Amino acid sequence: MLENYLSIFINAVFIENIALSVFLGMCTFIAISKKIDAAIGLGIAVIVIIGITVPLNNLIYTYILREGALSWLGYPDVSLEFVGLISYIGVIAATVQILEMFLDKYVPVLYNALGIFLPLITVNCAILGASLFMVEKSLAFGESVVYGLGAGIGWALAIAMLAGIREKLKYSDIPDGLEGLGITFITVGLMCFGFMSFGGISL
Amino acid sequence: MAKSSDVLFSPIFKENPIALQVLGICSALAVTSKLYPTLIMCVALTATVTLSNFFISLIRNITPSNIRIIVQMTIISSLVIIVDQLLKAYDYETSKTLSVFVGLIITNCIVMGRAEAYAMQNGPYMSLLDGLGNGLGYSVILIIVASIRELIGSGQLLDKQILPLASDGGWYVSNNFFLLPPSSFIIIGLFIWFLRSWKTDQIEVSEFKMSKNAPKEIKVDHA
Repeated sequence: MLENYLSIFINAVFIENIALSVFLGMCTFIAISKKIDAAIGLGIAVIVIIGITVPLNNLIYTYILREGALSWLGYPDVSLEFVGLISYIGVIAATVQILEMFLDKYVPVLYNALGIFLPLITVNCAILGASLFMVEKSLAFGESVVYGLGAGIGWALAIAMLAGIREKLKYSDIPDGLEGLGITFITVGLMCFGFMSFGGISL
Repeated sequence: MAKSSDVLFSPIFKENPIALQVLGICSALAVTSKLYPTLIMCVALTATVTLSNFFISLIRNITPSNIRIIVQMTIISSLVIIVDQLLKAYDYETSKTLSVFVGLIITNCIVMGRAEAYAMQNGPYMSLLDGLGNGLGYSVILIIVASIRELIGSGQLLDKQILPLASDGGWYVSNNFFLLPPSSFIIIGLFIWFLRSWKTDQIEVSEFKMSKNAPKEIKVDHA
């Protein structure tokens, strides 16, 4: 049991790292990785939101959307899977909004630190992607909690590493056209190759 | 109508959504190992961004600004569901290949970004053109990347053998590096370099310049 959870976790953090192996959340990944503080702030916000929304979407999928899930209402043949996308994104948008209001009222310190990143997260494909992969892998509720946390930690790890590299890269002498975005893409490409070496591990 | 052609064509090279605005790169990387699924993805995204820009612009004056994100999301995700269902019905194989990436058009920042930046301020006709232009700008990069990767990686284009492989008696030894997803990062990086050497106003100012007095070479005393 515990081994199963551990293998899902390691798998989500390293082998199927959501940023560097499945390439999700790339827009914010590249846009917000200039400074390491901001990158870590955003990383933590992503961990929190993925950790909440993946299990929530898992419950919605299991008890409302899945084929036969509505049998408790007396409709055993109904499958609502085609509205999956719209309900997941609804859950994500609502969670982000609620969390923002909650933090603003009760934990203002954290709100000040994470505040500007929270609205960005609604449109971060890593969040929606994690929910979609959760459905594709057909995880149970407990597994989805572990998977959500793992995916978030993997993404945060990746953005913190990229920000570290970019802070060093500022001082290097790069050809004009390659400056900024171009070299960042190439750096991320090389990091992805690094993470591919985890691919051979089987748990 | 000089202005409308401007709106349509400037996103292709001048303000390319991927190379300059850094929008919508997630799917650009993951789906480009073969040209055919890439073309499907481009059509799907262009259709979504064009229509969503049009509809969002139509109701822009009656949308309360504090719930506009939810309204935009609803429109976009309805369009994506239609695209997804159509693809599942008529081209099931490709829909399997693209897996979650069709669904992820919802959070593709090009769609959200154009809705927020353009469609909320402009009329439906111009927004339609803007959506189409950005969809094309995205497609250009994806098609270039996918052609390079498929041609060098497996010597094929659209599943037709262009370069005869050495394993089948031809002369071309395929470079598997280009079939791996990270190679698309490097291709896009080099493409940006190329684009910026051509359109020099896109070059970013570097924060630190090398001092002119820096020694050209450091003499090492080989004792």
